[in-house]
Amino acid sequence: MHKLLTENPGEKMLLLGNEAIARGAIEAGVAFTSTYPGTPSSEISLNFFQMSQESDLYFEYSTNEKVALEVAAASANCGVRSMCIMKHVGLNVASDALMTLAYIGVKGGMVILTADDPFLFSSQNEQDNRYYGKLSGLPVIEPSSVEEAKEMVPYAFDLSEKLQEPVLFRTTTRINHSTAFVKLGSIKPRVTKGSFKKDPLNYVTVPAVSRKLHVKLLKNIETAKGISEQSEYNFIEGNGNLGIICNGVSYSYVSDAVEGLNIKDKIKILRIGFSNPMPETRIKNFLKECEKVLVVEEGEPVMEEAVKAFAQEAGLCFEIKGKSEALFPRLYEFNPEQVQNNIAKYFGIPHTPAQVPDLSDVPEIPQRPPNLCAGCSHRATYYEIKKVAEKMDTIYPSDIGCYTLGMLPPLSMADFVICMGGSVGTSCGFSQVTDQKVISFIGDSTFFHSGISGLINAVFNNHNFTLVILDNGITAMTGHQPNPGVDMGNLKLEGYGRVSIENIVRATGVKHITMIKPYKVKKSIEAIKEALSYKGVSVIISEEMCTLYAKNLRLLKPRSFVITDKCKDHKNCVNELACPAFYIEEKRVKIDEDMCVGCAVCAQICPENAIMPLKKG
Amino acid sequence: MDTTRLIIVAVGGQGNLLSSKVLGEAALLSNTPVRMSEIHGMAQRGGVVESAIVFGDAKSTIISDGKADVFVGFEPSETLRALNRCNSDTVVISNLAPLPLFTVAIGKGVYPDIEAARELIRKKTARLIAFDGIALAKEAGNPMSLNMVLLGALIQTGKIPVTAENVKETIRTKTKKAFVDINLKAFDLGFAAAKKCG
Repeated sequence: MHKLLTENPGEKMLLLGNEAIARGAIEAGVAFTSTYPGTPSSEISLNFFQMSQESDLYFEYSTNEKVALEVAAASANCGVRSMCIMKHVGLNVASDALMTLAYIGVKGGMVILTADDPFLFSSQNEQDNRYYGKLSGLPVIEPSSVEEAKEMVPYAFDLSEKLQEPVLFRTTTRINHSTAFVKLGSIKPRVTKGSFKKDPLNYVTVPAVSRKLHVKLLKNIETAKGISEQSEYNFIEGNGNLGIICNGVSYSYVSDAVEGLNIKDKIKILRIGFSNPMPETRIKNFLKECEKVLVVEEGEPVMEEAVKAFAQEAGLCFEIKGKSEALFPRLYEFNPEQVQNNIAKYFGIPHTPAQVPDLSDVPEIPQRPPNLCAGCSHRATYYEIKKVAEKMDTIYPSDIGCYTLGMLPPLSMADFVICMGGSVGTSCGFSQVTDQKVISFIGDSTFFHSGISGLINAVFNNHNFTLVILDNGITAMTGHQPNPGVDMGNLKLEGYGRVSIENIVRATGVKHITMIKPYKVKKSIEAIKEALSYKGVSVIISEEMCTLYAKNLRLLKPRSFVITDKCKDHKNCVNELACPAFYIEEKRVKIDEDMCVGCAVCAQICPENAIMPLKKG
Repeated sequence: MDTTRLIIVAVGGQGNLLSSKVLGEAALLSNTPVRMSEIHGMAQRGGVVESAIVFGDAKSTIISDGKADVFVGFEPSETLRALNRCNSDTVVISNLAPLPLFTVAIGKGVYPDIEAARELIRKKTARLIAFDGIALAKEAGNPMSLNMVLLGALIQTGKIPVTAENVKETIRTKTKKAFVDINLKAFDLGFAAAKKCG
């Protein structure tokens, strides 16, 4: 049995934040779950996916976050407890659905998890999604620890049902990817079937209906504010007259700092866990007992601005600070020492900051950036395109996925990346206003997610570029999740359809479509030449399964290659492919046998034919 | 209880996530409070993977620069790179078998000299326990058991509030059955190697 389905209340389990969140949802009786995968939220979905295979929990990988939210919104409006999981930028995609869903509301509890990524460990921006709470008028719940994340999910479901509104559950990477002991609670039985009652005057958002629904939403926000005032997740600790207001992981750092500085008698902490709407009266009362206040929050000054406004209304005129050059930045994540130093500095507490050793005599160590894996088919495709386009003045718009790593030299095959599906849309504009050859790259999952509409646009408006769809048969970057193009038979799962990328491309009206197998270098180069010379929209579909995934499925049995004595040290293999299986020993190129998967691309480009399959003796 | 802060740094694919999982489960057996955090988005793409493990009553799951009480490096150049996480009281354990830097292969920089690196680390921290962990892992039966070798050395230092027996029990129950014997042997070899380093 899946460990998160364990019926043993009171048992302590070591859980990743994302596992704790999934467990919290199971304890809340969640019956319907949907997602588009995105780090740092991916393991929540993975656990739901696994549990759905051995229980009546419904889970789906939807094509994108907007679809995932719509799917879950319908389920919740039939009375079924539903959860929708995405990373922070995913909520941008889903925001169209979100904004008006807030007008309609829900019948069964609905929790929308948004995983923010301060410091951009694996994201394209570090936007602060607490603003979505304000923008949509929906309640926002923010845990400060792994244990609390588990406790707060059932609270969020109950809150959602009480308000008849979806609830935003906002985490940050350090909640999702931290691990702690979590005490299991009991599991509420799942109600998996609901029914839809027609009520067009509350469900069909034509202007006349929405005008009334907006009034309802504003009333709901007032009700939510009342609950926020009373919420056990907005609590006060300590009893000094120096105040700290904090949320999320910052609360952990503040707690440790107050302990470390031994100032429990001086500091009063207000921890905000129910952060939209803010508990206005509670905050005003807190402020009245303070002489000076520090707001500690990662990201944007969301609480700080609200607190300052509350202080003004309450006629309080003392120092309230948070974001400033001397204190906390709006950038990146915080750390305990930084928080401790700032608390000491702001409140004038004597303190010796941690001593970092003097490292001026440590030699510079070359970087170890993440790289496309040994034998990755993207590398082969990039090499081939680069060869064909050698003499062209190119622009390479790219997209979100493993293949974005192709931006690094020597491949240098990404010039412009903004968002999922953006490769195709931006290609339209680039090709229209420049005379450069535009060649864009998108992965299979990203193409399904939001590349298709850009391609239709390109055909309709008669743009001129080549789109390369890097189809490695799985959503690789986030950890091998299925997408509509995946053969679910490989995972021994039944009951799924399969969508052909080629058929979709054909149906959009693209006239020039080329299929390549990127491991076949010469043949691919010939086909690419033709595709690049086509005037209009041409599409190259480069098909080869992700090597990591193929190895996991045992569809690929690695067979290492070796560099023989014929090598005359041109180093084309290292310098042009940059496969991590190469290393240099005594000035000679070698292949790491354990890493090489035997794609044979290097063997095909070696001018001396010096790279051969390794004969195992 | 007092807080002990441990940082583990490895290269994606070296198996450090398993070593922190084993430590966490062993802490559960020992009834020692523990919190950990990991950045593993790029774990399989050859980048650097860092785990922070905080034993004791602290609430934070990450460790600031200069605050590691114990540091385990799976790769010598990465140990050197992460020296800013240590201070003059830190006990450092490092594998000495290098994993080539790809940037060096394409002519961007030189791999640091290992002897010089040892000297630097020794000078700036309280104690360095360094040995060829890969050789020991191979001796145990699988180079992938490097994580257990280093776990053995870590426990030997006595710096972590988790007993050797609880770690071994966790290895028996929470690591893949086919690897349990190799893992246990690797743990013992690492333990002995650290002892020998004095």
